Amino acid sequence: MSLTGVLRPGHVAIRVLELEPALKHYTEVLGLTETARDQKNKRVFLKAWDEHDHHSVVLREADEAGMDYMGWKVDSPATLKKLAADVEKSKLCQDLAWIPAGEHPGTGERFRFTVPTGHAMELYAEKDRLGNNCGTDGPDINPLPWPDNLKGIAPSRFDHCLLYGDDLDGTCKVFRDVLGFGLSEQVLLKADPGTMIGAFLSCSNKAHDIAFIRQPVKGKFHHASFELGSWEKVLRAGDILSRHQTSIDIGPTRHGITRGETIYFFDPSGNRNEVFSGGYIYYPDKPPLTWYDDSLGPAIFYHDRKINESFLSVFT
Amino acid sequence: MPHLITPHLITIENSGERFQSVDGMSVLAAMEQARCRGIPVGCRNGGCGACKVRVTSGQYRTGKMSRAVVSVADEAQGCVLACKTYPQSDLGVEALGRILQTGPSRATSFSFAIPRPESPRSEREA
Repeated sequence: MSLTGVLRPGHVAIRVLELEPALKHYTEVLGLTETARDQKNKRVFLKAWDEHDHHSVVLREADEAGMDYMGWKVDSPATLKKLAADVEKSKLCQDLAWIPAGEHPGTGERFRFTVPTGHAMELYAEKDRLGNNCGTDGPDINPLPWPDNLKGIAPSRFDHCLLYGDDLDGTCKVFRDVLGFGLSEQVLLKADPGTMIGAFLSCSNKAHDIAFIRQPVKGKFHHASFELGSWEKVLRAGDILSRHQTSIDIGPTRHGITRGETIYFFDPSGNRNEVFSGGYIYYPDKPPLTWYDDSLGPAIFYHDRKINESFLSVFT
Repeated sequence: MPHLITPHLITIENSGERFQSVDGMSVLAAMEQARCRGIPVGCRNGGCGACKVRVTSGQYRTGKMSRAVVSVADEAQGCVLACKTYPQSDLGVEALGRILQTGPSRATSFSFAIPRPESPRSEREA
């Protein structure tokens, strides 16, 4: 096995103002599947169709929109213990805590910590497998390319988040030096190239598994992104969003950074979602791609070559 | 005979723009339909706070807004999100949103908000 340590973003927990409209958006428009409900804590657990694990999105009804935390699946319980110890030893994070197994349905114990930009992150090693419903002779046997009865946009997986926070350098250090992520792309200030204002980090072969932009805030959420197989599906997503009169932020268009084709839109509580396709294969020996702030327009939205009004200022 | 509802007149005091309410539509949605621009448009769903306004006159009701951007005290003072505000009379509103900026500086550059003591965005966290 060559992909070790942190495997992927395993879940994102999003706060919503009202559960029912949120659920309608995430199941009927975005097209995730509900896998469990926690009435007591007003939480619903969902997954995308091609994810085998129990859930990748948690919606929690709350008075504020935004992100509660993001969870990362690691390759084994031993890695979980090792990385938890490494995080503790680094002294870079706060609010270290073990969340007992079962607090998320079908999920083993999770190690939670807050990175210097103010975002709560979790590591976990175990989550029940529900499968992707494609097997024809039993689960995962002679599978179909995609299952029947997909609803809405129907992305294959939860893919990454973009988060806003102040101590970008500290958070990058946690992800790179402690958790073993690579830096695929960075945005630097032209006038002061020692100052990084955007970091795109990968724990896998993806162009990014998480990204941060430096803003003078703590723990803010820009978007959660879900993967589609083609540019045409991004266009189809736009059709579905318009049909449901979903608030669209921008797109379909292309990002310069990661080269992904994208559309941004908002859930009923104002949390931004993205569905995207494309990008490139990242390898750990690939040099980081660098953008300077004076090219941030095409870096973010390659066709418009300028940032829309909401990109930097609208987040939850 | 169709049921006719008399629209209410909404005035954005900063820009002087006036537009009519549309039955069932928020102040922000009616503004967008009228092609006015005086209130910044963000998520349109009560989460981001871009369209925060102070209602200076008139009656209205509101939907659920994120407490991260509209506190109980804000709401008591008539500071609400235009995307979740539904007029019940003529309304006067003053846009408070942090992205209300026009003019050449906005068109040619933007502030990246590198942390500085005098950060212009601190009001969002207030």
